[in-house]
Amino acid sequence: MRLNIVSLVLAAATVCVAPLAHSFEIEHRQNFASKAAQPVTLRILSTADIDLFAPLILSFQAENPKVAVTYHAVSSTELMRALQDEQAPYDIAVSSAMDLQTKLANDGFALAHRSNETNLLPEWGKWRDHVFAFTQEPAAIVLSAKAFANLPVPQTRQDLISVLRDHPDLFRGRVGTYDVRSSGLGYLFATQDARTSETFWRLAEVMGHLDIQLYCCSGAMIDDVSSGKIAVAYNVLGSYAMARRDAKANIHIITPQDFTTVMLRTALIPTTAQRPALAGQFIDHLIRAAWLDETTDSYPFPDINRDPLASNTSLRPIRMGPGLLVYLDKLKKRQFLNEWENAILQP
Amino acid sequence: MSAELKATGSIRRRLSLQLLSNAALLTLLLVFIVRSFAQQLAEQSQDNILMASVTSILDASAIQQGELIVDIPYSAFSMLSNLSDDRVFYRIDKNSVFLTGYDDLPNPTSVKNTGSPIFSTETYQDREIRMVTASRRLALENQPVELRVSVAQTRNGQDQTLGEISRMAMLFGGGFFAISAVLALFSAQSTVGPLRRLASAVSRRGPRDLRPVTDRVPAEMVPLVKSLNQFIERLKISLTRSEDFIAEAAHRVRTPLATVRAQAEITLRRVEKDENRASLKEMIRAIDDSSRAAGQLLDHAMVTFRTDHLEQSQIDLAALVGETVDRLKAVAELKDIDLTYNENDPAKISGDAILIQNAVRNLLDNAIKYSPMDSRVSVELVRQTPWVILSFHDQGLGFPQTGAAGLTKRFARGSNVAGIVGSGLGLTIADEVARAHGGDLKIANNADGVGACVSISFPLS
Repeated sequence: MRLNIVSLVLAAATVCVAPLAHSFEIEHRQNFASKAAQPVTLRILSTADIDLFAPLILSFQAENPKVAVTYHAVSSTELMRALQDEQAPYDIAVSSAMDLQTKLANDGFALAHRSNETNLLPEWGKWRDHVFAFTQEPAAIVLSAKAFANLPVPQTRQDLISVLRDHPDLFRGRVGTYDVRSSGLGYLFATQDARTSETFWRLAEVMGHLDIQLYCCSGAMIDDVSSGKIAVAYNVLGSYAMARRDAKANIHIITPQDFTTVMLRTALIPTTAQRPALAGQFIDHLIRAAWLDETTDSYPFPDINRDPLASNTSLRPIRMGPGLLVYLDKLKKRQFLNEWENAILQP
Repeated sequence: MSAELKATGSIRRRLSLQLLSNAALLTLLLVFIVRSFAQQLAEQSQDNILMASVTSILDASAIQQGELIVDIPYSAFSMLSNLSDDRVFYRIDKNSVFLTGYDDLPNPTSVKNTGSPIFSTETYQDREIRMVTASRRLALENQPVELRVSVAQTRNGQDQTLGEISRMAMLFGGGFFAISAVLALFSAQSTVGPLRRLASAVSRRGPRDLRPVTDRVPAEMVPLVKSLNQFIERLKISLTRSEDFIAEAAHRVRTPLATVRAQAEITLRRVEKDENRASLKEMIRAIDDSSRAAGQLLDHAMVTFRTDHLEQSQIDLAALVGETVDRLKAVAELKDIDLTYNENDPAKISGDAILIQNAVRNLLDNAIKYSPMDSRVSVELVRQTPWVILSFHDQGLGFPQTGAAGLTKRFARGSNVAGIVGSGLGLTIADEVARAHGGDLKIANNADGVGACVSISFPLS
């Protein structure tokens, strides 16, 4: 009995001491406690909004009641810094920036994980048994329903360009997109768009002329479209927009028919993981929730389409692999950002 | 009397083992060659794709507005994932100054300024990597600029491919070996086939068959068969010689014996003293014995000769037996023996009449000789299609309970007839005649336990 108390105190002490001095910026923290006497803690570093992601954690805890979860939400660039530069001890890294996740795995900052669940994944759903996809989230155009009340709702980038050109007064200062210089996901979407079609640059030029607003995150863009502050948000996470029931009436969510970039949100186990086996179980849980045919209520993302190209030819899932490293190259990135700034930031 | 033969190994086993070990050796060689070939191929394809990547980066770099632009094409790295999911590292140097990529990636160990690409295997982050380095010269403000690009990949995919190919090669090798093993056993079997056939052909022969071996044999066995045939020929000559010698000797002995017997008979009439008469009678008995033996030796030699060159003619066995019985009636009467012959229908057989008569005489002679005074000897002829069986029953001592089988051998005599004159050739002659005609000789005691029963059978024609 006494020993138990001593060990409890000791455990508490280690928990209290454990939070490390770090310089990366955590936007949001949340602890999912366990009722078990001696819980094991799974530390998750993630770019996903906690409200969206929480059901997956709760369903995992329902299956594993002994597990407490510490959830730290960060931006994708901060996640990269935390793991690559500071070796922060997290058990799971979840990010929407596939290129950064791929780089972490390529540069040896991730552990391999193999299980029955990882065998469920199609070839394009994982990379090197290190990076595992568990969502398919399109990059959407979100429009204000009010602003487009008397206008045709554009279905392609070309349509959008025409609408913006035809009504410059209506849209000046009311067009938004990611600031690709600070947002990892924004950079990924922009580079993939640029890779797919020249239309992207023309759209950027047009949006640049209209005094474009730059955002850090999809949530903020959706907020502003919903409130009517801006009329058009380009390259917004469709999954976030669809999850926002409060904004439903105020917005149109367009998946452009010329091409829609589809991001796969991925998880990996950092080499700094304290509980890699538990992390593996959590990844298996994510894969089961995402890829098994029966849809569970605890899966907050759009259902996964195992054969995206067959059903909808405009869907362009981003292919995992070393190709994603190209735009992370120092020189390449500088060139892209130069070009982007030239197009977007016009006096 | 056959000497114990010691077998030193078996040709079949030795051949099988040799073929099997050859197959095993070839299998190992096959697996080894396939493996090293696959390794070469895997290395080659990795080198090729790395080279393509390096080339595409070099080609995409250019001098624009007095500035060196290095624009890595998306395909430069995405193409690397076509071959395997290996990790990718790269570095780009300008005039040996690091420009971009992984600055701790090692420079190729041998830097030659020949302009040709360098393929090297390095260690990076404790992993073995394959690296291709190539350079390109550009001119920037009239100064030469050397742009060097290295692209490297870990070799997991290659190891994996190699592992799979090795497993396949092992599987193929195993199958190859199994098939070879079956074929090896089969060919070993078929190689010793002619030997087995020759052995069984020779051992199937009858005891008197001294014809040369004429079966078709493989070239390697021709010397053996030739020697065997020469050996048979020598044996045949030697046998013929000894039989000729015996016949000649018997003939030469028989004539003077007749003279001696006649003289002894004459002398017996002249002498009156009882002891002299007794010894003369003993002498005559011994002379009879000798002359009988000589006669049978002659008979036997004749039988041997004639069975070798059997003359076939139609014979009425019933009539032939009747004649012989009539001829020996007088001898039987001397011992008050009742000699009966149950003659049935005529029984036609084909064969040598002289031989058959000889055999019948010998068997009847035996029956009379071993019968006690005042007894009965019966001869029966029974047709049992396809056989005709001639049997002789007497009331004598019969055959000894043990060892009746050996009595058809030359000079073999029953253990219970030592007191009776005989050469031991009678049954032998009858047996050889029966065999020569495709028949059979059976000796047994009568069913009622008294006397012997000898039956000789011939096939009906």
